[in-house]
Amino acid sequence: MHSGRGWSFASLLVAALVLLPLIALGAAALRGDASLWPHLLQHVLPPTLYQTALLLLGVGALVIVVGTGSAWLVSAYDFRGRALLDWALLLPLAVPTYIVAYAYMDLLHPIGPLQSGLRAVLGIDSPRDLRLPDIRSLGGCIFVLGFVLYPYVYLTTRALFLMQSATLIEAARTLGAGPRTVFVRVALPLARPAVAVGASLALMETINDIGASEFLGVRTLTISIYSTWVNRADLAGAAQIALAMLAVVAALLLIERRGRRSQRYNTAAQRARPMTPTRLSGAAGVAAFALGSVPVVLGFVAPALYLVERSIARLRFAGLPPTLLDATLNTVSTAAAATVVIVALGVTVTYAARVAPGPLAQASARIAGLGYAVPGTVLAIGLLAPLGAFDRWAGDLIEGFVGGSIGLLTLGSGAALIYAYAARFLAVSAGGIESGFARVAPSIDHAARTLGETAGGVLRRVHLPMLRPALAAAALLVFVDCMKELPATLLLRPLDFETLATTLYGEAARGTYEDGAVAALIIVLAGLLPVLLLARVGRRVAEPLP
Amino acid sequence: MMTLRQFLTFAGTAATFLFAASPAHAETVNLYTTREPGLIQPLLSAFTRETGVDVRTIFIKDGLAERVAAEGERSPADVLMTVDFGNLIDLVDHDLVQAVDSEVLRAAVPAALRDADDRWFALSMRARLVYAAKDLDLEDLTYEDLADPRWKGRFCMRSGLHPYSTALIAAYIAHHGEAAAEAWLQGLKANLARKAGGGDREVARDILGQLCDIGVGNSYYVGRMRSGAGGPEQQKWGDAIQVVLPRFENGGTHVNISGAAVARHAPNRDQAVRLLEYLVSPAAQQLYAHVDFEYPVNEAAEPDPITAAYGTLQPDGLPLTEIARHRRTASLMAERIGFDN
Repeated sequence: MHSGRGWSFASLLVAALVLLPLIALGAAALRGDASLWPHLLQHVLPPTLYQTALLLLGVGALVIVVGTGSAWLVSAYDFRGRALLDWALLLPLAVPTYIVAYAYMDLLHPIGPLQSGLRAVLGIDSPRDLRLPDIRSLGGCIFVLGFVLYPYVYLTTRALFLMQSATLIEAARTLGAGPRTVFVRVALPLARPAVAVGASLALMETINDIGASEFLGVRTLTISIYSTWVNRADLAGAAQIALAMLAVVAALLLIERRGRRSQRYNTAAQRARPMTPTRLSGAAGVAAFALGSVPVVLGFVAPALYLVERSIARLRFAGLPPTLLDATLNTVSTAAAATVVIVALGVTVTYAARVAPGPLAQASARIAGLGYAVPGTVLAIGLLAPLGAFDRWAGDLIEGFVGGSIGLLTLGSGAALIYAYAARFLAVSAGGIESGFARVAPSIDHAARTLGETAGGVLRRVHLPMLRPALAAAALLVFVDCMKELPATLLLRPLDFETLATTLYGEAARGTYEDGAVAALIIVLAGLLPVLLLARVGRRVAEPLP
Repeated sequence: MMTLRQFLTFAGTAATFLFAASPAHAETVNLYTTREPGLIQPLLSAFTRETGVDVRTIFIKDGLAERVAAEGERSPADVLMTVDFGNLIDLVDHDLVQAVDSEVLRAAVPAALRDADDRWFALSMRARLVYAAKDLDLEDLTYEDLADPRWKGRFCMRSGLHPYSTALIAAYIAHHGEAAAEAWLQGLKANLARKAGGGDREVARDILGQLCDIGVGNSYYVGRMRSGAGGPEQQKWGDAIQVVLPRFENGGTHVNISGAAVARHAPNRDQAVRLLEYLVSPAAQQLYAHVDFEYPVNEAAEPDPITAAYGTLQPDGLPLTEIARHRRTASLMAERIGFDN
């Protein structure tokens, strides 16, 4: 496999690019001393680790139950409105978690519409006489993150149910298993790899979340990193905590992967037949639709309606923000450019692991996915030093030839943003592309190679055409993630350059977060189209290969 | 097919997006700020009208120091602006600013509100106030009083680790020493009606929702709410609380500042100094007072009537640099007693 070496090298290069900011963080961590650790171990880590663990457990349980349950509902049953739910269940993907947190904070506050309405109905005058649980709590945060992030699990699990369960499930049914037994004993074990992929994406988003957790008053590990860095100007200490956290996350991912190794259900090379859903009519059908609507309403409809209402009030009062068009164009063009890069890099690392299997390619692929587990701000901080060093080196070099002063090349440029997005979201694209590759039997590669194709040729002429739906799905998911990205954009963007997320953040920082309602609504609207496309493509991912 | 001209235009656009711009031309000044620039946009526009110098901005909430440090000598940053004196002093400590020898700045900014070595200057002041339910009688309230058990289950505050809280705790340490400050902070914690968190405006809203009766917040939020600048709903909230200027038992009201410095490698140094001098001029200071409801630093300007109605501000006498020395202790203390947990 001669040309495999080129692919391994490319994959190694991608892994190195993702590692670079982490190495820079390591260097920053070493510049500090360990004097902060006694304080951390005694006062900070016990409560924050406890809160983080509870948050992860809660969000994990919620996304798995809601994601798998709703995927099973629309796969195993047919009822009026199922086609609608099939795509609507993905909608929460379009809304950033921090926006949903703001929305619920307003909706559920004692002076918000829900409690005011409830008091009016019950004839209670003072909020003191009717106390509902505060959304600003661990439970509230689990609720918000869970109902926004479950689509990651829904997406992967739904594709799997569409793709490969029919034969086994029908066998189980023939053997007399009831629907519950089929779900618990057959569908769930089958879905485990897909659930694991989706849940680990959701949990990585949870662990690096700052906006919603901070706003809802949950002291996570990431918030501790943040306050060490920002409030005490102790970058070294913050880098030390961040790397310790990353080590734990990497270890958990590794354990999860090992646990799954023994369970591989490979029906990929066969023509899988989608299962026949059971028809529910009458009350059962209505109940099924109502049940399936709950996550859509909680994760999307309620916050979106809130944003519409706020935006109308805002537009009436202040008119359209003048910079919004520019911000929209900036957002879409940056996200689109980054998506192209990230999907290409995703193909590189996953294909390298296929044509040159071995520990090196495996390790590269794993490393390439690490960036997703690092909070965006921390990753961006890690990028500053390497980019600065590159700019100094390249600037001196170019000025040596052509003279003059060229300033900075990458820092504060679109290239830096794309780099940051790639380092962060490679895991999202690689995950989807990897499962696409997994469906193509290796015997096809061997046949093509025997016929004289190079590794690149096999990719171009065999895999890419078959992978098109998986690539499109990965691209759409990455695009939406890039569009919502805030912390790295804020730190690395050029002068006089705003995206929708930074506009929203700026307006929220200026006065009140309602002032950002219009920008928030546009983020959601701009995210809707890709999410709807994703729903279409998602089905094709699961269709039998030609 | 694309013509050559179209291709070049496209390539040019792509290149300017992908790679950072070359150093700015003479009539520009680049402002890096941890303060949302929309807030001071009226001032920046007025500066451009008056001088013909364009102001390009980037709002970097966290990591401004790290970015400027990474950019090094090639940095386009001219003016660095922050909303907390601690952050401003951090910039000095990281050696990212340069001294400015300007009679105009020295004359306009009182000595207590600028660096003794002319490396940073305050541009505006905000006071750390008490928001309270309207029916409470809070004559002559002190910060020390907030730890009184009579507020048990009635007190609201943002995170104890936020820079504004750190500054207040640091000022308490500077006044009373570490042990007394810790006892006070424990008292505040014991009084909390809900977990510490959210922003200052949530304090006002929670008072309105009767979750708490009293809390700590900045002066300008109330001005913005009461002026109606944020819409009728917020005006209602602003009018529904009372605002008190507390003081330390042995001092005055705790103030923080927004301030600025000239970047160490500023490519447009002269324009940077001009911008700073403009921002402390009476006209600009009047805008700070009326647009942002802050207290002007230049005595030639008056606070807005809405702000003046809280009472006469008597800023605490401790120098900001003295308070800044206790920031780390204050921040570790808030973590040690688990203020946010």
